[in-house]
Amino acid sequence: MTESAKKKVGIEVSLAVAEAVKQCDADVISAYPITPQTHIVEHLSELVANGELDAEFIPVESEHSAMSVCAGSSAAGARTFTATASQGLALMAEIVYCVSALRLPIVMVVANRSLNSPLSIWNDHGDVMMVRDSGWVQIFVENGQEAYDHIFWCFRVGEDRKVMHPVMLNMDGFIVTHVVEPIEFWSQEMVKKFLPPFQPLHRLHPDKPVTMGAFGPPEIFTECKVAQEHALVSCMPVIEKAWDELYEVCGRKYSAVEKYRADDAKTLLVTMGCLGETARVAIDELREAGEEVGLVSLRLWRPFPFSQFKAAVKNAENLIVIDRAVVFGGVGGPVALELKAALYSEAKRPRITNFIAGLASRDVQPEDFKQMFARAKKKLADGRDDEFEIYGVRG
Amino acid sequence: MTKPADQWKWQELEPGFVITNPGNASEYKTGDWKSEHPVWDEKLCIRCGLCYGFCPDMAVRQKASGYFEGDYNYCKGCGICAHECPTGAISMKEGRE
Repeated sequence: MTESAKKKVGIEVSLAVAEAVKQCDADVISAYPITPQTHIVEHLSELVANGELDAEFIPVESEHSAMSVCAGSSAAGARTFTATASQGLALMAEIVYCVSALRLPIVMVVANRSLNSPLSIWNDHGDVMMVRDSGWVQIFVENGQEAYDHIFWCFRVGEDRKVMHPVMLNMDGFIVTHVVEPIEFWSQEMVKKFLPPFQPLHRLHPDKPVTMGAFGPPEIFTECKVAQEHALVSCMPVIEKAWDELYEVCGRKYSAVEKYRADDAKTLLVTMGCLGETARVAIDELREAGEEVGLVSLRLWRPFPFSQFKAAVKNAENLIVIDRAVVFGGVGGPVALELKAALYSEAKRPRITNFIAGLASRDVQPEDFKQMFARAKKKLADGRDDEFEIYGVRG
Repeated sequence: MTKPADQWKWQELEPGFVITNPGNASEYKTGDWKSEHPVWDEKLCIRCGLCYGFCPDMAVRQKASGYFEGDYNYCKGCGICAHECPTGAISMKEGRE
């Protein structure tokens, strides 16, 4: 891969992500192939097999084993990567919760895909919402360049002594993973400047035995959970600092809450993941038609960026939240629920309309955002903005 | 564990709840799980040792006199010793002892 920065290469995003993992000099990769994650780990296995990446590639018989191997290798002090999606994430969920409490800085890409049934290999956020409360740092990206850049960021943040948390990079399956995009690659000098070597606080080594994963009786379990919650929330300064450092290295500025034409907007669309890119097109067209509309795209999902989000929406009268997952039996999509909770105690808070769209890769085009905008306007006028709607459904 | 589990503040816990001085399980007394404890009547005891052999947690010890007693730091109060005793020398009493 090219060593010269600023030169763009046309490449499938999954392969670019694998190349970034190589550039991070990962020590252990353990994964089980699952659509639409497959190309990432397939390419990594090739990089290991042909000697380009000096790492252990450990193929396993299930995702439960994949994350278990990752737990062991990270505990031994190895820089560790895995990737999965959907049913695979469901199967590994038990260990997903373990490794965050153990503060093991594993990096995992989730190529977001629906959960069965009916069987679907296509894209939505049903899978990651299942592990929303697992204690990982969780981010979303909108396109291939963001995915590539954030692999470095994930290791940089997760391994920081003030963080020491596993980090989950969510990228929409197929819509981002399988698209050939022009990617600006980092030089190894840039990687070296941005990402220091992994120096674990504790590691499994016969010279200095420690116990990891001991049991916690009722007398101490609550204290453990308070410590874990405090540790995750306390990651925020490093998370922000790493984005500043990333900007210094590659010139692209990312933040926890991305904004587009938002500052003077009366109405803000709120998205997470690649829907934000399409929403920008719709916003430009709505602006031309005289609508005061903008976009807030959530990049950081956990720890939830409360203060950054509140600042981003402080002038808005209405939010239109577009979710990509269903909370069965709940009162809206997961992002809308989060935002409503976040703003409940604010004296001045916007009205929130919620649509669920794009399930199992159902196309959401600029026209659909415009439709949702129009429907939200009507709901607000009718005082029915509290009801969430699954957009575009027949019948 | 350098102090009992119910005396740690959350700020004092090692990241990841790592135990940096392993081999300290012996400091954790599991006997407080029990609601009953066995008591031996040495007038009936024939020192056969069945209680010692059947105890699933090695919580029965033999005294210098040859008679037996419970190690209440680890006894879970399961009552197997009392059930197996051929002379009825062991009775289960309420409480942890």
